[in-house]
Amino acid sequence: MSRPAQALVRLPAWRARALLVAALVGFAALSVRALYLQAVNTNFLQEMGDARYSRVLEIPATRGRILDRQGEALAVSTPVKSIWAIPADVVLGREQKRRLAATLGIGLAELEHKLSDPSRDFVYLKRQVAPETAQAIERQGLRGIYEQREFRRYYPAGEVTAHVIGFTGVDDSGQEGVELAYQDVLGGRPGSRRVIKDRLGRVVEDVGSTREAQDGRDLTLSIDSKMQSLAYMALRDAVRQHHAKAGALVVLDVHSGEILALVNVPSFNPNNRARLTGAQVRNRAITDLFEPGSTLKPFTIAAALESGRITPRTLIATAPGSMSLARYTIRDVHPAAMLTVAQVLQKSSNVGAAKIALSMPGELMWDIFRRVGFGTAPELGFPGAAAGKLRDFHAWRPIEQATMAYGHGISLSLVQLARAYTIFARDGELVPLSLVKTGAETSGEKVLSTQTARQVRAMLELAVQPGGTGPRARIMGYRVAGKTGTAHKEENGRYAADKYIASFVGLAPASAPRVVVAVMIDQPAADDYYGGSVAAPVFAQVTQGVLRMLNVPYDAPLEPLEAPHGPDEAREST
Amino acid sequence: MAKLNLLLLAVIVACALGLVTSQHEARKLFSDLDREHSRARELDVEFGRLQLEASTWGLHSRVEKIAVRLGLRAPGPGQTRVVTRAPRR
Repeated sequence: MSRPAQALVRLPAWRARALLVAALVGFAALSVRALYLQAVNTNFLQEMGDARYSRVLEIPATRGRILDRQGEALAVSTPVKSIWAIPADVVLGREQKRRLAATLGIGLAELEHKLSDPSRDFVYLKRQVAPETAQAIERQGLRGIYEQREFRRYYPAGEVTAHVIGFTGVDDSGQEGVELAYQDVLGGRPGSRRVIKDRLGRVVEDVGSTREAQDGRDLTLSIDSKMQSLAYMALRDAVRQHHAKAGALVVLDVHSGEILALVNVPSFNPNNRARLTGAQVRNRAITDLFEPGSTLKPFTIAAALESGRITPRTLIATAPGSMSLARYTIRDVHPAAMLTVAQVLQKSSNVGAAKIALSMPGELMWDIFRRVGFGTAPELGFPGAAAGKLRDFHAWRPIEQATMAYGHGISLSLVQLARAYTIFARDGELVPLSLVKTGAETSGEKVLSTQTARQVRAMLELAVQPGGTGPRARIMGYRVAGKTGTAHKEENGRYAADKYIASFVGLAPASAPRVVVAVMIDQPAADDYYGGSVAAPVFAQVTQGVLRMLNVPYDAPLEPLEAPHGPDEAREST
Repeated sequence: MAKLNLLLLAVIVACALGLVTSQHEARKLFSDLDREHSRARELDVEFGRLQLEASTWGLHSRVEKIAVRLGLRAPGPGQTRVVTRAPRR
């Protein structure tokens, strides 16, 4: 205590300075670091921070449903799960593997094969499984096995509506049929939103921009699934019974232009498309062209009636049942010396039709053909709708004009043909077609005078009476009008001698037509191939059902139909 | 002066607490809303599935098959009468 001054050791001055410098350096380091974090690296850090609590959620959008005109579902998307795995992460005991395979419904060997390559980091174990299966797998709580949400489209009516509806691919976008044609309407756009989640994973706040998901809109078709089903079964049975290659059938509502049924055989199951062939997928009624044969005669006769050159009672000399033109011979199956115009249609006389055609300039025929829509694709919005071939009349030779009169040398689709017949059903008006429900009367373009249209309709009614080629098209309780067709098939530019297309197009009830039904059967077996015996019964069966479903009042006495006189009647050569 | 300051302090604390509470409430409500939204989606999906099921059960071909098995058939034209409704005035 006595020598405090001595006890005070004098520290060197550099130590204080060193301390100061150290402190300053420390501060400088801190500020540099702060600057680095706040200014230079801030984006990265912000992101890392956000990643802890903010998430971008995908908002899934469902594809619109397709409904029939009664609101019955024809195509519905439901979410399903796909099960996938990272093979390297999967550690499974033998028993676990067996259970997993059983749950998935695949073989144990297949499962092991899928998991055998550890270098891959994504393997689908099974795509699109039912929700219950996915839950069962979730409960097993296996490491390295994950699930992913997907949509799968189901078609409850299956093969019956397969061609109209088409189908979607794995990515849920349309590939065929209405699914493709109305992709814009049906397809949804998934949205996204950024949210903040709390520690329990609950969404507590929306932050930033949200993109709304847009669900696809539902589409109500003009198709009636009951009529569709009836038509499909009738056509399928007929194709089977006659050992035919294929067939197509269209039912049109005369008032609204709506397509009530459109079926094709052979068909396919859109829910299971593992083994599809092109022939099954083709929508023949819309995309395939064929030479219609005699079903075209009414248009030739309408053109001649319209020009005033003939009346239904004009006599046409058809003796001796054949005529030669250039190097060709046109023949009738039922030779007659004289036929009235009405009988030409009733007996389906080729000679008569050719003579009527040659009595007028080609331009008149061409004009009618063009105005009823031959040569232009119908505006259905349907992928691959065929336009058909109608050559310019300037290039017609007389023989071509003559053959065209009975439907050879011109090609069209069944839908075009059915639509063209609406002019006889609507007193000369051609109706625009629709695959989507409109539910309203529509107005059409006037193609024929009312008088001509009615005259042809009366002749078409005669054609299904006994004595015509199509008595098997008759229905009890209703008056029917229609025309048979039996056309030779064209193969490699020549007409095949023993291959035919049998067809029938008709309308009913004849007093006030409600529907046009067109049937086409491709290559029925050689012994019985006439439109009147192959296609007409299908027409009768379908039309009867359709009229009943539409509650159309009877316009004929309810008497049993007298049986046709014999198989001979249906015979015709085009 | 000091009294006023104290008062303001009390007010601001109350405000702050109020803000926190309402934020919390908002988040709770939001999470409820979100849950209801996803429930609506699920119900929609289920509706689709049920519609699918209804369509499958009501399939024309299935009905027809069962009808045939039960010995039912559609009445022919001879057995039906069409009644017309008097036009509405």
